Amino acid sequence: MFKKIREFIIESCIRLSGLLVILFVILIFLLLLKESLSLFGVYPIKDFLFGTKWLPVSEPPKFGIIPLVLGSIFVTIGAIIICVPLGVATAMFIAEVAPPTLKHILKSLVEILASIPSVVLGFIGIVWLGPFLKETFHLNTGMCGLTGSLLLAFMALPTIISISEDAITGVPKSYREAAFGLGATRWQTLWRILLPAASSGIMASIMLGIGRVIGETMVVLMVTGNSPILPHSILQPLRTLTATIAGEMGETVSGSDHYLALFATGLILFIITFIINFIAEVYLQRTRK
Amino acid sequence: MSSAKTRQNIAFFILGLATLVVVVPIIFTIIYVTIKGIGAVNWEFLTAEPRDGMKEGGIFPAIVGTIALVIGTMFFSLPLGVLAAIYLVEYAKDNFFTRLIKLCVVNLSGVPSIVYGLFGFGLFVLLLNLGKSIIAGSLTLAIMSLPVIITATKEALETVPASFREISLSLGATKWQTIRNCVLPYAVPGILTGTVLSLSRAAGETAPILFTVVCFWMSYLPQSAFDQAMALPYHLYTIATQVPNIPSKIIFGTAFVLIAIVFLMNLVSIIIRAHFRKKKLW
Repeated sequence: MFKKIREFIIESCIRLSGLLVILFVILIFLLLLKESLSLFGVYPIKDFLFGTKWLPVSEPPKFGIIPLVLGSIFVTIGAIIICVPLGVATAMFIAEVAPPTLKHILKSLVEILASIPSVVLGFIGIVWLGPFLKETFHLNTGMCGLTGSLLLAFMALPTIISISEDAITGVPKSYREAAFGLGATRWQTLWRILLPAASSGIMASIMLGIGRVIGETMVVLMVTGNSPILPHSILQPLRTLTATIAGEMGETVSGSDHYLALFATGLILFIITFIINFIAEVYLQRTRK
Repeated sequence: MSSAKTRQNIAFFILGLATLVVVVPIIFTIIYVTIKGIGAVNWEFLTAEPRDGMKEGGIFPAIVGTIALVIGTMFFSLPLGVLAAIYLVEYAKDNFFTRLIKLCVVNLSGVPSIVYGLFGFGLFVLLLNLGKSIIAGSLTLAIMSLPVIITATKEALETVPASFREISLSLGATKWQTIRNCVLPYAVPGILTGTVLSLSRAAGETAPILFTVVCFWMSYLPQSAFDQAMALPYHLYTIATQVPNIPSKIIFGTAFVLIAIVFLMNLVSIIIRAHFRKKKLW
């Protein structure tokens, strides 16, 4: 009898834990939605989504998120242009070219990169990369979109490298043997056989990398110059969705319009990353088949 | 044929070059922070409070705060994550509910850290009235760490052979007894590795604790889980960006200690993995 009760209690706990995972996602969404709807009660949703001015403390305040969305897009595109070719090439090198010992060292280095806290990379951006870029490209300031893009590219690399490498390594051995049997070189096999066969895994890694870049906060808060104006180039100071929330939340009064606008910004971020992760998951499912 | 060979050499050279472009900055970053920061680290730096507007003294309260947060995060996320993974591997049938949980785990792992910060602030700090406190921050970081722990535990449970379970069940053990005695012990290394890894990430995170725990400076150490605390990543952020004229030695020293703590935790997880792999029985 006692055994049965204990079994029942434990099973209930286990089921409850599974349920809680769903509950957390729903709670995050509902909380963001609730505060966003409160904002749209007093501030038109159209002006929020399509407004080109983010002036939260002016009178009357303006909460147009277009400058922030563009800031995020600029920085993300910059980062992706840098990290996708580098990441995939490195994954190819680790998977097919490097001898075992080197492979092991390279993989450890990538893991080390993944574990460096973002605030440390932001600090490197302030003391070294920013000033370096300013000198090299004769910019007005080193605290600009480009500095952010470079550091974010760096942060997305471990995701892209490790998942792409898994995808390339995971291609069935018979593919390789068939290609070699037909007289293909290792490079021809890698380029024409393995890469296409691993393409959904590589796409998944790129999507997850993009998700990582869009969601990253501290680096962009520290190095992109924090100016919420419509950006025209990646070489000028700008501000992303994430940095706006992190930089302004501390100054708001809870329940104020500004506070609500930051939650609405969070909702936009949540929806964007949800879609990106969903696409990545679809690609990953395809790889598993 | 020789042109194909030449093309291969050129291609592999380019791939190697790309790898070099990736690897050199990693090594540079580590060496740069170490060389500039290690000089600041001494006993006083690790055990004293900041003095004179952060310009002198040490970072002891920030280290204490970060350790408290890591312990708090583990307290909440380890049981929950392990139980959820047990559900997915041992109990769940392939139905809509199970697929929904899996989708939610994927989604949780993709939620930006600052959104966790907003959520923790809205739910734990304001709605549940915990205030800015270690407990509110730990809960926030715990939810953020869940996906990693669940995924690691799931993989660890899945590698335990089905025959272990069958034998135990055939001897009359209940389902939970089977999991408790014949499955979990063999999954421990995988669970530990994943947990330590996720905690090392939590230790380095700044965005989720911005509005849920940290304060700029405290004259006393936190006395309970309901107190605010300082934390290393946030401390580094403030002295690097918010306060002017901090000696660079102190900033680099703080960055070095933060990296050292995170690496140490990673090292622990690697050692656990290697240690148990040697003793693996099947």
